[in-house]
Amino acid sequence: MASRPRSSATPRDDGTSAAADPLRPSDHIDGTPDDAGAGVTQPRLKLVGYLRFFWRQLTSMRTALILLLLLALGAVPGSLVPQRSSDPNGVVAYQANNPDTFKILDSLGLFSAFTSPWFSAIYLLLFISLVGCIIPRLKHHLDALRAQPPKTPARLERLVGFTSVTTTTDAATAVAEARSLLRRQGYRVASYDGSVSAERGYLRETGNLIFHIALVGMLLTVGVFGSYGYTGQRILVQGEAFTNVISDYDSFEPGRFSTESSLQPFQLRLDSFQPTYQFQNGGWAPEDFAAHLSTRVPGGSWTEQTLKVNSPVEIGGTQVYLLGNGFAPVVTVKDPNGTVVYAGPVAFLSQDGNLTSSGVIKVPDGLAKQVAFQGFFCPTPVTTPTGCVSISPYLSKDAKALPVLQLSVFTGDLGLDKGVAVNAYALNEDKLTKIAGFRTDVPGLDLHVGDSAELPNGLGSIEFTGIDRFVSVDIHHDPTPAYALLFAMLILGGLLLSLFVPRRRVWIKAIPGRGKQPTRIEYAGLARGEDPTLARAVAELAQRHQQHLDGVRDSPPGEPPVGRT
Amino acid sequence: MTTATLAAYSVVAVYSAMTVYVLAFVAFALDLSKRSAIAQSALASAKAPASLSLATTASSRAEKAGSTAVIDKPAPPAQPTASPTAGRASRFQRTAYALVIVGWTVHLTALILRGLAAGRVPWADLYEFVMTGTAIMIGVFIFIQLWRDVKFLGAYITAIVVLLLGLASVNFYVPVGPLNPALQSAWLVIHVFVATLGTGFFAVGGGLSIAQLLQTRREMGGLARVPFLATFPASEVLENIAYRVIVVGFAFWTFTLMAGAIWAERAWGRYWGWDTKEVWTFIIWVTFAGYIHARATRGWRGSRSAWLAIIGFAAVMFNFTVVNLFFKGLHAYTGL
Repeated sequence: MASRPRSSATPRDDGTSAAADPLRPSDHIDGTPDDAGAGVTQPRLKLVGYLRFFWRQLTSMRTALILLLLLALGAVPGSLVPQRSSDPNGVVAYQANNPDTFKILDSLGLFSAFTSPWFSAIYLLLFISLVGCIIPRLKHHLDALRAQPPKTPARLERLVGFTSVTTTTDAATAVAEARSLLRRQGYRVASYDGSVSAERGYLRETGNLIFHIALVGMLLTVGVFGSYGYTGQRILVQGEAFTNVISDYDSFEPGRFSTESSLQPFQLRLDSFQPTYQFQNGGWAPEDFAAHLSTRVPGGSWTEQTLKVNSPVEIGGTQVYLLGNGFAPVVTVKDPNGTVVYAGPVAFLSQDGNLTSSGVIKVPDGLAKQVAFQGFFCPTPVTTPTGCVSISPYLSKDAKALPVLQLSVFTGDLGLDKGVAVNAYALNEDKLTKIAGFRTDVPGLDLHVGDSAELPNGLGSIEFTGIDRFVSVDIHHDPTPAYALLFAMLILGGLLLSLFVPRRRVWIKAIPGRGKQPTRIEYAGLARGEDPTLARAVAELAQRHQQHLDGVRDSPPGEPPVGRT
Repeated sequence: MTTATLAAYSVVAVYSAMTVYVLAFVAFALDLSKRSAIAQSALASAKAPASLSLATTASSRAEKAGSTAVIDKPAPPAQPTASPTAGRASRFQRTAYALVIVGWTVHLTALILRGLAAGRVPWADLYEFVMTGTAIMIGVFIFIQLWRDVKFLGAYITAIVVLLLGLASVNFYVPVGPLNPALQSAWLVIHVFVATLGTGFFAVGGGLSIAQLLQTRREMGGLARVPFLATFPASEVLENIAYRVIVVGFAFWTFTLMAGAIWAERAWGRYWGWDTKEVWTFIIWVTFAGYIHARATRGWRGSRSAWLAIIGFAAVMFNFTVVNLFFKGLHAYTGL
């Protein structure tokens, strides 16, 4: 171990100055108060003086504390109003219900509170303050790790757990014993003239620095590295294959730095979907959702995989999550000549736990007019005046209540011709006329599997040919989790070290007696940071040391160690 | 036994535990009034205005065998303070503490029965969560006694627990149900359990901080009408115990946050999404981080940091109840 003298001479560095080690901002409870601040010694601050003054303010404990409290306070509004990131539908609903307050709140950025300028300002300042605080501490700690424990103070009486005993053992033996005892207890030891100075618990400051550096690492991981990811959603009907290109997503949110080429090439296909429910407490509660998928990477063959809520499927560094599921009635629409103009499953989104589902079928081409169907699908229906309601999430096999598809029929402009993106699951009725269904003269269509019905005005016919399942999946590419986990573990480990490892200095001093007088041995300790067990530790150390000394000069029955003073 | 029978026995056990806790609360309250009487008679016999807490500090200083305070700051009180009542706890306190142990045993029985009835860990809906959380609060309270005598907090802890349990039994009760698919994970066991552990430590820490604030006011000459405070440890001692308890809670809370993030990554495809529950867990974490910094900041140690500890615990309670019930978010597992 390097025996280089301590180079950084801090004021009062006789080993008892609390500011000496670890380094702390000046307004830390263990720091050295600097009453002679820049403002006093420099009546007229130059630019550098100002900068230094602001830097000191920013990196002080008090500023860090205020910023922490502001961060906590600043996070509150984000939990009170819906957020665009986590609840976009809630934001839309809020805007519809409270258009006036929405404008005010939105101008304050409250609907994306956690990316708003004011929230960003708080955490960026906090992290600048943090970096400004840890860099000097890191340097100081690296020095301290190579340094010897400081010289034994001249007077130990003022320190914690001061104990003084007399013994017949000579001073040199006592010091040698003290040295080996402290070493065995994991102290770093330095011998000075007739005394031993020892320090332990460097891991406390190491942990503290790891904790704070890992926090910065976490911020960079999430803030910068996270922008290389993307997320997208897709509804996948049984038998349908999805290819991982942007155009194949229903919705897609790229990260700030992600490009088309960030998308790993792969394909997904939903083979079947098996939900299990349990009837309990008067209702159906979901027990298990299992989506059986096949996946394929370029050049490979289809591989079967099972996707569940808590176990995503990983393919090509990309995760696929199961978000939702439902029924997709299969319909065929024909023109009056019997030519098929539309055929396939249409996902109906579930409205409740029993999968009362609603959906829209759009037929833009092939009939005399553009036609749309809007309505409900119920796997186990009970009929009400406004439509069916399902009472079970399973497909009914009871002949009296077979699954039903209830549709209203619209004609007009579907708004699909302008090339503007339109929600496939909603109908804009502005330019449409309802020609059959609730509040029209023509009753709506009520179809069971195998039924077909003529459309009003001789437009054609629709047939309900079968029922498929669909799942909605969330596809994520996020390069950060492994790094985030690494930093999280460093944060936790560093925190535990910095909170629970005591850092302390202890001294054992042997003062030889004059002539025949016994040797006096003094013990004392000093806490570096929170250390509630220091006094006890010093007392135990003193006791153990005396036991060792007793062992050393065991043979003569000389006088026992004299009592404490 | 069938699920329904087990669940019914569990309910009976919960109500029994509540009854025992109420009795314990009464006994703790009697103990406090007894302490008031002791304090007042001590005050009367000691003609000088020097109050008991001065005696406490003096004796604790003396006990440290010649140790002297470091100049920069007062020496940490290393040994338990010799409180005037230590060693001869009142009969009320001993009764109350015995009742707490009995109540806790019944409470644990209720938990186990509920778990058996459901065939899984008993913390998957709000009712069960409150039941487990309060059991852990009492458990932490008992556990801390092994290290430090903080039985004077008994009235506070039993009051909180009875109120929460009552609220849960009356308003949040749901029959045993299957586990929501999103909850079917080993993380349910770890994440939620550690969260409630943290809550237990924060509850005791919050109580100690309240006691510390009151004690500080008394030491400055106020609160003459609350004489039992004289039998409590000095405010500085209370502060040190509170700090030790809260940092343990903070470590658990940090773990909760991380375990939750790992679980969210598995279940929802992102480890952090500012869901309302996540936001509040974050707020609580930052508040207690602020508390730890405040205690290390000159001018903030003492009452100011104690306020932060209390605000932090209030946020925990808010998260526990209001956020669960009234805020929309992904953590919608109240079962209500």
